[in-house]
Amino acid sequence: MTSTSVIDELKKSQILELLEQGKRVDGRAFDEPREISIETNAIPKANGSARVRLGETEVICGVKIQPDRPFPDTGDKGLFICTAELLPLSHPTVETGPPQPPVIELARVVDRGIRESHMVDVSQLVIEKDKSVIGVFADNVVVDYDGNLFDACSYASTAALLTSKTPKWNWVDEKPTLVEGEETDLPISTIPVSVTMGKIGNHIIVDPNGDEWDSMDARVTITSDSDGNICALQKGGSDGFTQDEINQCGEISVRVGAKIREKLKEAQKGSQ
Amino acid sequence: MGGRDATMVLLDENGVRCDGRKVDETRRIMIRAGGLKNADGSAYIEFGDNKILVGVFGPRDVHPKHMSNTDTGILRVRYHMEPFSVGERKNPAPSRREIEISKVIKEALEPAVMLEKFPRTAVDVFIEVLQADGGTRCAALSAASVALADAGIPMRDMVAAVAAGKVADTVILDVNNEEDQAGQADMPIGYMPNLEKITLLQLDGVLTPEEYKKCVDVGVKGCKIVYDLQKKALTDKYFGKGGD
Repeated sequence: MTSTSVIDELKKSQILELLEQGKRVDGRAFDEPREISIETNAIPKANGSARVRLGETEVICGVKIQPDRPFPDTGDKGLFICTAELLPLSHPTVETGPPQPPVIELARVVDRGIRESHMVDVSQLVIEKDKSVIGVFADNVVVDYDGNLFDACSYASTAALLTSKTPKWNWVDEKPTLVEGEETDLPISTIPVSVTMGKIGNHIIVDPNGDEWDSMDARVTITSDSDGNICALQKGGSDGFTQDEINQCGEISVRVGAKIREKLKEAQKGSQ
Repeated sequence: MGGRDATMVLLDENGVRCDGRKVDETRRIMIRAGGLKNADGSAYIEFGDNKILVGVFGPRDVHPKHMSNTDTGILRVRYHMEPFSVGERKNPAPSRREIEISKVIKEALEPAVMLEKFPRTAVDVFIEVLQADGGTRCAALSAASVALADAGIPMRDMVAAVAAGKVADTVILDVNNEEDQAGQADMPIGYMPNLEKITLLQLDGVLTPEEYKKCVDVGVKGCKIVYDLQKKALTDKYFGKGGD
């Protein structure tokens, strides 16, 4: 997670030693994500929500949908904003106060993956052009930390958005007016799935757990959409990738992402 | 960062882009090593209409002290845009975007700099974007590498950077501001040509798996063009006529 956690050098060399033998500390295959559990509608007061566990990492995402003013240059589009926050109860090293760069990066990468896939069709979220639009806010809170917050927050946001219901507003007397009892699904065009891969030595592993996360030399998060296209990427960490490794990571992310997308669809069906 | 012009043609039938370039052509690039008196190393880059100044200090004492590391030196990077660098005045306080870019540039430079030779010290890289026109993070990273070399800090390689992208369903090199705003994808790439390592990589926009591979390839080739200009900037200063 944040660079503040003390890296156990012994653990790190053990992790690398195991990888050299083709094994991971928790027995997973290199391209195998941890168990994903998705509970939708975890927060009934939100317009959509999900509690996602990725191994022992746990994230809750709540979606709030409300009328808002459009950005001046995009009066014909609604708003979509995704945030992420580490709660102090998620890890002993997390402190309160303004977000540190790793958390800012987390929030921006999660937002970008969903935004760039055009998952939420914001062109359908206009109440009155240039005056009033519908804003969709997906706020993630990390409640327990065991590595790879990027994917955990991404799955939580996606699951929450897939199960969100949006109220309806009409433009009456120059202001948005709620139409009681009319709720529809959000306009969804694709299901983005992010897959984060860590590089330890020359090994690429999918969904690093907390110990692996602290031992990584570099990482890359790649988001693909329902058509198997790649729509967002972020490299991080203090080492580089070869061109071959980046191509390989692209293939892994599409292949592994397709399986995870099925789980998200199941969660969506289960909530109906 | 700018308005969208829906009528603009990003790529015409002859394969010419909105600013007259071909698909595999970079904008005009000018890199100068040095230029600042007080900084230990500095560089200035003009990359199309981007104008960016970089100053490097260190290795020097770390303040605050608790940030120092007894095993290695640390690298600190601040990427900052001037209020007058963009169309509408930018609030001078660091935005979340600037904080993220500072972090990715730092992590892109770390593999290149031999920080382990200077435990308990810091190398500070200050990047000031005087004028922005799309692709500032790549131009800034390229200039920062030259400034670090100019400061005489031991390096394994320099990081060269340029963005690849997609407009009008075509993979292009060096995405400008209009292409970033109205185009389909933008993939900034930072690459160390000698070590053959990609150290900065981001993407927003939709690419098929084939386009993805092509973008990485086009970007890496573009980085090699920038790399030659980085080396030229250093040889011009230290071995050329205009050296100081």
